[in-house]
Amino acid sequence: MDKELKILKYSDLSKLIERFRSKGFPVLAPVQKGKVIEIEPVDTLDTIALDVLLSTQSAKKAAFPKVEKVLEYTLEKAAVKQTAIDPNAYAETILFGVRPCDASGFKSLDAIFGEAPSDAFYLNKKEKTTIISFSCPTADDYCFCTSVGGGPGYTAGSDIQFTAISKDELLVEILTEKGKKLSGLFNDLLTDASPSIDKEKFLADVKVVFDLDKVISNTTAAFNSAELWLDQSLRCIGCGACAFVCPTCACFDFQDEQNTKKGVRLRLWDSCGFSLFTLHTSGHNPREVQSQRWRQRIMHKFSYMPEQLKVLGCEGCGRCSRACPVDMNIKEHLTSIALQ
Amino acid sequence: MNELINKVTKLLNDKTIDAFIGYGQGSTDRVRAIFARTVEQASKLIYTPACTFNLSGYLLKHEVKHLGKLGILANVAALRSIMQLASEFQIKDGEVYILFVNDDASLTEFSDFQSIEAFLEKANIDITPDEKARIEKIEAMSVSERWEFWNKEFEKCIKCYACRAACPMCYCHRCTTDVNQPQWIPVASHERGNLDYHLMRAMHLAGRCINCGECANACPMDIPLNLLTYQLIDPIKTGFGATAGMKADAVYALSTFKPDDKENFII
Repeated sequence: MDKELKILKYSDLSKLIERFRSKGFPVLAPVQKGKVIEIEPVDTLDTIALDVLLSTQSAKKAAFPKVEKVLEYTLEKAAVKQTAIDPNAYAETILFGVRPCDASGFKSLDAIFGEAPSDAFYLNKKEKTTIISFSCPTADDYCFCTSVGGGPGYTAGSDIQFTAISKDELLVEILTEKGKKLSGLFNDLLTDASPSIDKEKFLADVKVVFDLDKVISNTTAAFNSAELWLDQSLRCIGCGACAFVCPTCACFDFQDEQNTKKGVRLRLWDSCGFSLFTLHTSGHNPREVQSQRWRQRIMHKFSYMPEQLKVLGCEGCGRCSRACPVDMNIKEHLTSIALQ
Repeated sequence: MNELINKVTKLLNDKTIDAFIGYGQGSTDRVRAIFARTVEQASKLIYTPACTFNLSGYLLKHEVKHLGKLGILANVAALRSIMQLASEFQIKDGEVYILFVNDDASLTEFSDFQSIEAFLEKANIDITPDEKARIEKIEAMSVSERWEFWNKEFEKCIKCYACRAACPMCYCHRCTTDVNQPQWIPVASHERGNLDYHLMRAMHLAGRCINCGECANACPMDIPLNLLTYQLIDPIKTGFGATAGMKADAVYALSTFKPDDKENFII
């Protein structure tokens, strides 16, 4: 659909949350908890951290939670009785106040989980989630969305996007049919926006720092450049912080939890940074050392995904760099790859 | 700083070491570990008040070990980690070239573990006033309040294992939490899985943790994990008379038996 431009008074924003909640829609939004900003269910606007740079973790958990039950079973004598979990059992949900990089991160997840055989657990949740993003008035040194095709006002992946254009007013961009449907709940609060409003004026200035085409071609060509990957990753300690805060990392593991009578099968986040990720039963590990795991992380996002799924595996949000305990700065590493 | 760069340059030039683990400028306001293998890389070494984290964990990283003979810039926490690792047979005397920056910016080089032990006897190993205040607050809680406090903290955990990866003492090739056939503790990052993981890790660090705080620094979810392991330091000291990371030939309190060990905790 063609996007619709409207104006909403900032003072009416709380009514939106009230209306969503009164209709029974769960609202997930960033909430400040100490130094960490979590994306959590909220009931009122005042609990939402709207003026923060961005949440510590990405919004992916709305459709891809860290722990997800996919099967239940009981054990009776020699028989195993399975009970499938209904992937549709998920309420229509509103993801509110996230950043454009969170919303666009779902494009990569859609491509990964949508690839045959498609993943009903993710896709159903995603389908039932309406995303209202807020464009970014500020950015920090870790942000590089504009270098990977996004931007502080990027709208792909969002159903509605809000941009603060004054202290009192928000520009509302209704971008999708889903967004249009949801806006039915607050149409009375909207007025028409002048098409001459220059949204760019209200956005953070995020400089392009590298040539994306070069990153993609050089990454692909650098598979055997062991020295490059070693140099970049000597300080990497092989935790999963980068992957777990990433809006596009989608790798998972299955674990069964059971006693003698019954059990559940759980899907859990996993990370290619862990040495166990590729360890074979035989004891052989094709990615034996951390530099090979770091290479995988970069190759997957900038070579394999563009080639196989036609999407990039990175939104330039910089969360991985901020979360990294040893200061692995992806923007810096990609810049050096582009200059190879 | 110049003295450090000159020293490392010399060590590299005369092939005393093949690589030096030190601090370098990181992103914006951060410092990071750098691994100087050339004179050019050594010129990037820095030592500022921000250079406080414990570099010793890198001494056991496979690819770092393979750089050859290593040198390291160790602070007090790193020296203690090195002593503890030595007592656990992870580092041999003379295997690593160890430098320390004194308060007046001069360098101390340690010729052997004995000299580190002598140095540590006089070193300040107290926790910071801020840590002390936080510990006192937790210790003043009732058992149920404390239980609630930690459960609330663990709720935030996403099991990225940054705490484990950052800990110099967490060097097991296969951690208990990674053993899943059978599962010793739940692998999932749910309430029970998070609680079990952190309690398991704390117990495995009892008498081994030197309280460098890297677990808490590493945590992207800001869980004060150092306060948990810290609380096991005193019981080990009062119960067994042992403080981790002070002697290279220390015997781990929880893996040995002495006839005069207290048995009053056995019901």
